[in-house]
Amino acid sequence: MTPMTRRTTWTPWLYLAPALVVLGGLLVYPIYQLGLISLFRYTQAQVSGGEPTAFEGFGNYSVLFGDPQFWQVLLATVVFAAACVVSTLAVGCALAVLLTRVRAVPRLALMLAALGAWATPAVTGSTVWLFLFDPDFGPVNRVLGLGDHSWTYGRWSAFFLVLLEVVWCSFPFVMVTVYAGIRAVPAEVLEAASLDGASQWRIWRSVLAPMLRPILVVVTIQSVIWDFKVFTQIYVMTNGGGIAGQNLVLNVYAYQQAFASSQYGLGSAIGIVMLLILLVVTLGYLRLLRRQGEEL
Amino acid sequence: MNLLRGLVARPWRFAAEASALLIAAVVAFPLYWMVLSAFKPAGEIESSEPRPWTLSPSLDSFRRVFGQQDFGRYFVNSLVVAGSVVIASALVAFLAATAVTRFRFRFRTTLLIMFLVAQMVPVEALTIPMFFQMRDFGLLNSLGSLILPHIAFSLPFAIWMLRGFVKAVPEALEEAAYMDGASRGRFLWQILFPLVFPGLVATSVFSFISAWNDFLFAKSFIISDTSQSTLPMALLVFYKPDEPDWGGVMAASTVMTIPVLVFFVLVQRRLVSGLGGAVKD
Repeated sequence: MTPMTRRTTWTPWLYLAPALVVLGGLLVYPIYQLGLISLFRYTQAQVSGGEPTAFEGFGNYSVLFGDPQFWQVLLATVVFAAACVVSTLAVGCALAVLLTRVRAVPRLALMLAALGAWATPAVTGSTVWLFLFDPDFGPVNRVLGLGDHSWTYGRWSAFFLVLLEVVWCSFPFVMVTVYAGIRAVPAEVLEAASLDGASQWRIWRSVLAPMLRPILVVVTIQSVIWDFKVFTQIYVMTNGGGIAGQNLVLNVYAYQQAFASSQYGLGSAIGIVMLLILLVVTLGYLRLLRRQGEEL
Repeated sequence: MNLLRGLVARPWRFAAEASALLIAAVVAFPLYWMVLSAFKPAGEIESSEPRPWTLSPSLDSFRRVFGQQDFGRYFVNSLVVAGSVVIASALVAFLAATAVTRFRFRFRTTLLIMFLVAQMVPVEALTIPMFFQMRDFGLLNSLGSLILPHIAFSLPFAIWMLRGFVKAVPEALEEAAYMDGASRGRFLWQILFPLVFPGLVATSVFSFISAWNDFLFAKSFIISDTSQSTLPMALLVFYKPDEPDWGGVMAASTVMTIPVLVFFVLVQRRLVSGLGGAVKD
């Protein structure tokens, strides 16, 4: 109970008003619109007013679910996001532990390098990585002796290249957060464990991991959300979804359907599918928080 | 005992420090290569024997970038968008965070959960309805169509993160202020705001980055008036998939990355402590 509480109860709502207006108008309302558009036949003809909008019910959804490409894209999205999340978490946690083992200078070097990668805008990160792996002028192929092997030609190697860039720019968040978490663990606990003869791996598994669980949950969920929605990297690095759409993920697929093919209704239906998948992830997250007894 | 432990520990620490430095070099390498390539003369960039140094740095690529129609204008546009988003979302988030941390009221928990859920919304999916909304507002082809959505999208995370900072200000301070006859507004802006300011800075990093990096909205909402373009679009002018002008792309990338790097380095300590606080809370 704070002193402010005793006063009138409408004050918090006054403070909240700007936020609620903005979120209501520019987040809730567009979500409602997204759902609405997904139920209509909405193409270029309707946008320009040449034809009236026609209610289609779940027509867009049945077109979508009947299209084998959709299932292929959905599968690719899930596998790609999972690979990104696992790699990001593994690299981030390993480097966070490494940071605690070294003295100030190497630590600062690694921190600064990571901050640099973190700060790099997605568009520039994508073009720089493409250049590094360029078949004609890139240094990577020279060093690996791959000649003019094109990384973006094959489906898996293109996904792999995007994965490298995504991990590069998203591991710093995990590393910095987990490192801050490890630093908050009292030194005596770790000392006691190592005096009892616990191995490094054992200390990590039985002492650190449980204490870091809340932090690990947060970074995992954030990574899932970010990696599931990757757009810029795929769009720039595979030039809009790869050869014949082999590197499409849901986000880029929705964009292509809506803005390249003017199938706004279909694109919105894909958006709703994404929204529902992420909602399920969020609800799972909230349940985890509840179980940990976190107070909001 | 100590001596023994020191001997055993030292080779391990040496290995750890060597690998930390090596990894730092690998992580920094793409950025190094970007800046290096931006300064290389044309002949060295498009060479089949790329070297990790250059003996004849040149500003040709930068000249080409800034000579490209209105690049400076795109830079200013990007700054205006990111700046407006940072300031507006910081103020709105500060008020909202104060409301949810320093008051108890009905639906408080519900609201907090809503803010959390709102963070998960894939904003990219909202491009389609937003496109029509911006068209109805008459904002297509203007910077407003980039500023408004980004304020909305950065708010939930900003509120969530600021909570910890507002909570950390002792309640006794608030009581003392009222005892001394301060009004609520005075307490809010002259006492609470300066105390929470470091947190606002840390939070701003995220809104700055999301607005500065924005590619999808710029691509979708700025459709015909190129004078309203932002940097990501300008960068892609040099990047034609068949025949990219790598020197130009790397120089433009350097120009686009440096403001964010500067911003990050300035706030990095607050960022780390802020993240720790936000996550622990």
